[in-house]
Amino acid sequence: MMYLKAFVVGGLICAIVQIFMEKTKIKTPRILVSLVVIGAILTGVELYEPVVEFAGAGATAPLLGFGYALAKGVFKAVDESGLLGVLTGGLTATAGGITAVIVLAYIVSFISKESNDNK
Amino acid sequence: MISEKQKKEYKDYVEQKTPNHNLMVDMVLAFIFGGIFSVIAQGVYDLLMSNGFEKIDASTWGSISLIFISAVLTALGWYKKIVKYAGAGIIVPITGFANSVISTAIEYKNEGQVFGIGAKIFIIAGPVILFGCLSSVVIGAIYYIIQLVG
Amino acid sequence: MGKQIGKQSIAFDKVVYILANTEVVGKKEKDGPLGDYFQNIFDDHLLDKKTWEMTEAKMQEQVSNKVIELSGLSKDKIRYIFGGDLMAQLMATTFGIKDLEIPFYGVFGACSTFGASMQLASIMIDAGLADNAMAISSSHYSSAERQFRFPVEFGYQRPKSAAWTVTGAAAVILGNESGAVKITGMTTGKIVDYGIDDAMNMGGAMAPAAADTIVRHFKDFGTRPGDYDLIVTGDLGVYGKEIACKLVNDEGYDISQNHMDCGVEIYSDKEQDTHAGGSGCGCSAVTFSAMVMNKFKIGELKKILFVPTGALLTTVSTNLKETIPAIAHALVIERNEVSK
Repeated sequence: MMYLKAFVVGGLICAIVQIFMEKTKIKTPRILVSLVVIGAILTGVELYEPVVEFAGAGATAPLLGFGYALAKGVFKAVDESGLLGVLTGGLTATAGGITAVIVLAYIVSFISKESNDNK
Repeated sequence: MISEKQKKEYKDYVEQKTPNHNLMVDMVLAFIFGGIFSVIAQGVYDLLMSNGFEKIDASTWGSISLIFISAVLTALGWYKKIVKYAGAGIIVPITGFANSVISTAIEYKNEGQVFGIGAKIFIIAGPVILFGCLSSVVIGAIYYIIQLVG
Repeated sequence: MGKQIGKQSIAFDKVVYILANTEVVGKKEKDGPLGDYFQNIFDDHLLDKKTWEMTEAKMQEQVSNKVIELSGLSKDKIRYIFGGDLMAQLMATTFGIKDLEIPFYGVFGACSTFGASMQLASIMIDAGLADNAMAISSSHYSSAERQFRFPVEFGYQRPKSAAWTVTGAAAVILGNESGAVKITGMTTGKIVDYGIDDAMNMGGAMAPAAADTIVRHFKDFGTRPGDYDLIVTGDLGVYGKEIACKLVNDEGYDISQNHMDCGVEIYSDKEQDTHAGGSGCGCSAVTFSAMVMNKFKIGELKKILFVPTGALLTTVSTNLKETIPAIAHALVIERNEVSK
């Protein structure tokens, strides 16, 4: 059941963004930035937590979930260490993902050759 | 000089002449691919939860599994082939963020370790991290003030 | 000396001949509809070089050497090279031709560079300031993607209006000694900006510039579309071609019967997934050198108007949300009927 919910919610988020992409011709990097910020704001106003509860990875796998993790992290850190938490919370919570990306990217850059598109 | 009115008319004419992709088809594809990636992350999450991981850690591993998939797809040159069909279905999940970092790393390695990979790796992902960080700080500050007042 | 005609045109007096031409293209171009016309291809997309930029330079090196060989002239008989490419500071041209040690002027006209280079070389020859001069230009899909769009492996959906940068280089040697094909006149384009700001729709941005130069040419020379076997534009693509035809038609000239666009001809969207068509300096250059020159030689063409088009955008201007100015230059090219 959880898988069905994750599939539908994750898919719906993507389908909605697809509409924005084609209607507004916003470039892909801007889409990425907007999703993270929107995810953080939605979590900040406590609208995204219910979606995560309902759909699990359907809500956390899209980049909105990255924003969710940032916001959740900062709440937790503020609870634990007060003002300092405002600064440390966001990146601490997302450090795993960011570091994984950077390290993998570095490794891949050695293995992968630019592929030939012109064929 | 070309008047603003002429420009506006021309722009409308060009837009009307230039076809767009079939939005319905693209939405369905985005839905399916986005759904699949979500289910993969959910699978990893469930697996780890049943092995006694903490919720937050299991969720992070779910995301990392998608990052790993994106790394493999990008390294093989398949990512950009899939994105043609999947669209937002592969851009919106964290796979899109991972691709933006990995593709730049591959692209700029020829320009050296520091000025190439080092400096350019974040040209697309950097803004994501910057604005993500900024919003978390703003949200955190508001939360902190509410806590103080409350 | 040639003379000024109308507002923006020159009619050459001493005739300028195309003594030799050659081109090199990548695999995708070879597999396209014009494949049979292309003489030199390279399968290895890097041409033994490590980076696409240097590959593009190597392409220029190859065609510049080859075209000199084909002309039968010795290197020191070439007085000037005019040429350019899409990369910042004309990297491919600089590195490609530096070992030739021939006096050089770098030309930038985006995808219209080949036309601008041929015009400048023609002027030199017509003025009697050079016996022979070379015009050269190139583009490479991956180096252009990297400079103007995103990393090559970065995934995004290309809209239908997007063009595919041609991987190819072409060079011609112009001279005052009789050859099979001659350049008899030219019209210099002016920058035209109709406020299109979508960098994925270059055809729409360039169509008004192409139309402006074509109409200006007809007015300056007092000719009609029917006086030319073909009017060959550079890289407007499928939708840009249609728009340009309409804009020219609005001015009272119907070119729909004999208009051809190199960007439309070079790829098959259906089979090659290129969307609107080919683009880049190489697009008009290789199509001209391979297909158009061939048709001249076999007598299928007698007189054409060659109008390479260029979108003068930069990555900075795109980020500043500025519009895309465009330019087009026209050359009158004729078969030399009395050639030996």
